[in-house]
Amino acid sequence: MAPSDTELLEQHVDQKYEAGFITDVEAETFAPGLDEDVVRRISTLKGEPGWMLEWRLKAFRHWQTLEEPTWANIKYEPVDYQAISYYSAPKSKKDGPKSLDEVDPEILRTYEKLGIPLQEQQILAGIAVDAVFDSVSVATTFRDKLAEAGVIFCPISEAIREHPELVKKYLGTVVPYSDNFFAALNSAVFSDGSFVYVPKGVRCPMELSTYFRINAQNTGQFERTLIIAEEGSYVSYLEGCTAPMRDENQLHAAVVELHADAEAQIKYSTVQNWYPGDPETGVGGIFNFVTKRGLAAGRRSKISWTQVETGSSITWKYPSCILKGDESVGEFYSVALSKGRQQADTGTKMIHVGKNTTSTIVSKGISAGHGQNTYRGAVKILSGAENARNFSQCDSMLIGDQCGAHTFPYIDVQSPSAQMEHEASTSKIGEDQVFYCNQRGIETEDAVSMIVNGFCKEVFNELPMEFAVEARKLLEISLEGSVG
Amino acid sequence: MTTTMTASDTDRFVGVFDTFEQALPASGPESLRRQRRQAIERFSHLGFPTLRQEEWRFTNVGPIARTPFSLDVAVDGVTGSSIQAFSYEGTVQLTLVNGRFVPQLSDLDSLPEGIVVCSLGEALEKHPEKVEPHLGRLASFENHPFVALNTAFYGDGVFIWVPRNQVVEEPINLVLVGNPSGDPIAFFPRNLIVSGQSSQVTVVEQYVTVGEGAYLTAPVTEIIAEDNAVVDHYKLQRESTQAFHMATFQLQLGRDSNVSSHSISWGGGLVRNDVNAVLDGQGGEATLNGLYMVEGTQLVDNHMRVDHVAANCDSHELYKGILEGKGRSVFNGRIYVHPGAQKTDAKQTNRNLLISPDALCNSNPQLEIFADDVKCTHGSTVGQLDETAIFYLRSRGIGEEAARSLLTYAFAADIVERIKVGAVRRDLEEFLFRRLPKGDIVRQAV
Repeated sequence: MAPSDTELLEQHVDQKYEAGFITDVEAETFAPGLDEDVVRRISTLKGEPGWMLEWRLKAFRHWQTLEEPTWANIKYEPVDYQAISYYSAPKSKKDGPKSLDEVDPEILRTYEKLGIPLQEQQILAGIAVDAVFDSVSVATTFRDKLAEAGVIFCPISEAIREHPELVKKYLGTVVPYSDNFFAALNSAVFSDGSFVYVPKGVRCPMELSTYFRINAQNTGQFERTLIIAEEGSYVSYLEGCTAPMRDENQLHAAVVELHADAEAQIKYSTVQNWYPGDPETGVGGIFNFVTKRGLAAGRRSKISWTQVETGSSITWKYPSCILKGDESVGEFYSVALSKGRQQADTGTKMIHVGKNTTSTIVSKGISAGHGQNTYRGAVKILSGAENARNFSQCDSMLIGDQCGAHTFPYIDVQSPSAQMEHEASTSKIGEDQVFYCNQRGIETEDAVSMIVNGFCKEVFNELPMEFAVEARKLLEISLEGSVG
Repeated sequence: MTTTMTASDTDRFVGVFDTFEQALPASGPESLRRQRRQAIERFSHLGFPTLRQEEWRFTNVGPIARTPFSLDVAVDGVTGSSIQAFSYEGTVQLTLVNGRFVPQLSDLDSLPEGIVVCSLGEALEKHPEKVEPHLGRLASFENHPFVALNTAFYGDGVFIWVPRNQVVEEPINLVLVGNPSGDPIAFFPRNLIVSGQSSQVTVVEQYVTVGEGAYLTAPVTEIIAEDNAVVDHYKLQRESTQAFHMATFQLQLGRDSNVSSHSISWGGGLVRNDVNAVLDGQGGEATLNGLYMVEGTQLVDNHMRVDHVAANCDSHELYKGILEGKGRSVFNGRIYVHPGAQKTDAKQTNRNLLISPDALCNSNPQLEIFADDVKCTHGSTVGQLDETAIFYLRSRGIGEEAARSLLTYAFAADIVERIKVGAVRRDLEEFLFRRLPKGDIVRQAV
């Protein structure tokens, strides 16, 4: 590495998290600790029916019997689950805001600082935003337009009250509360999240978007998202995150469930830029332990995950697809960047059950600084999955000599007519490519940004337009100065 | 020595250790006795692996744990004619029956001057200074129950020591015969091959069965290739399907050394090959290839680990599998690039051909990389024969069965053709012609 590059690297390490600021909002917060009473209180606060509380309690009791898993290729101080507050809501006017004017101006300013003003998005992008600000949705827009098409897009707490039959039918069917440690915890204490229901044959008229943000100190964010696409429908859902700078680890254990009926298509995109922790010590970053799974239940249904993970001190998630319907399709496109002391153990699971099912996995990992990036994926082709087809490609790029890149694919094929291909490569950023750019007057930093963007292009192309722009920018900012 | 095991699983082995140890010859370095003790302690702590352990997730060793093996083995049940098929003309041959060296079945006549080739027992007596610095130092029993068992219970094995600058032209043929008779037996051969600086040697290791009955063999073979040495190693696993084969192959590569190893498995009921290579000096090159063919209810598990400790080393792995019947295969490959091992070039490929609907294949190629200036790739495929290729052959008048066999042979040929020892290659070709339907047509065609 040339001395100038080392300087660049140092600059990068010094770079502070750009979205780090604290919004001063009065928050209603539970005292730290978790017991049945906390679960009951959350349920009461949400005005939930009895069956919901029962389900939460079942999940909680099951959670108590579980042990925190340790198999992931990540290291962190154990989380004290009794030291976390399980509910935090911004104090709002009694009946909740009806329009943007009623939303706490302080919260609106937070979004503005992040460059995503709601108004602008409403007007320019035509995106309906269900903004989640520390566990309670404070602004929901474009509801009317969606309602016209028959699409339900609302906070899940509202859905539990107003569409109990739908929630009851689908909640926990893709990710049961007994699925894993974090899913059980989430099922017991989830505070809010999004609910989307697209009825038969409807193409959702706009991209649905939610901005999750973790704000109040020490509160875990336990989001629960449920998306149901009925026969022949289509929906694209975007999720983007940034979080203020904090010194204590914040736990995020979300659950996302997708259900696609015959010929339905769900596209789920994530851009995650939570606080990655102190670049030197890794202290204070977000723990992102998420369970995401989609069930392609019907014939010719399709579930597509796209994620750009640049934040969090620890990312531990595997958006998965169960390809149950014949000819169903699963896709996973991921870019994960770990720098500083960030650790990412992420990938996907593709479970082929139906005949002629196909899945595609494209994963790009970039490690810089002391970052550790792990791809862990499973492709399971069951014996009934005739002519199943999988293609996996996992590429890792290493920037600097202190980082690590790891690949752990699990391949389990029980069907002789299946075709399965897995490929992975790990390499340093191309010196000759950088040299070529330098030679033509492009600075190393810009050259690297270009090369990395090219490396990730396949994934970015899958993102909806607005997100693709944001993701590129995010990657550029994250990579600044990290190059050698 | 009466050491029939009766107690439950782990205790079957732990319980007989004292008796076994007392029966050992009093000679031999004290450090090795200590090592045996540590190993049995480690084994009693580890116990037999279960499916809940990551390294054994797909391989159930329950049948081994449940079988009451006896360590009491006879060595006189094998005649020269019964192992004739495994001899290669004009080569030095060492034969072990049930893990014990049998001189009358061996042929050391054409041994070149300077090189030491003998049983491990003899080596410990005559050349302890050559054995002790290496034996048990490479293959770690810390986390591997079968290596621990071997380290505790090895009775004999083969010792090969090639002095500096010597080139051994002819391959050395090791025939390890399992000869069960009645009750299930267990034996633990221990082989040590030291190839001195700038020397060159070729070793063939054959695991074969004479007779009927269940037995467990858990061999450990350690190869040390010192600086600039060239070692060519072949392992043929051709035992009966009643055999349990739990082998560990440990390689240590010095600076600028070159080791290639081909592991061919078509026998055994439950087979596990742990292949570990440590590239310890700059410029080392390891080639680890394999071919496994399973049918019936056979299971072959290949666990590879390549440690790139030093910079500028290359490693290449190509493992191919043909799965028939209810056969199962497990491939677990790990390339571990240590911090500072820059300019590493590592490649790992696993390809599987699923012939029958009941066959099952697990493939887990893994990379762990802690250095940035490296080129590491892995690839894994599972698939069937190309229908268009079959159609092409059929359109030219070749029957479907023969067409399939031809293409299957072509799949395996990738490995077959890499075998440099003619006799081994012919053995494998013959086996394929016998195994494949319409093998005669294939024989004519190739």
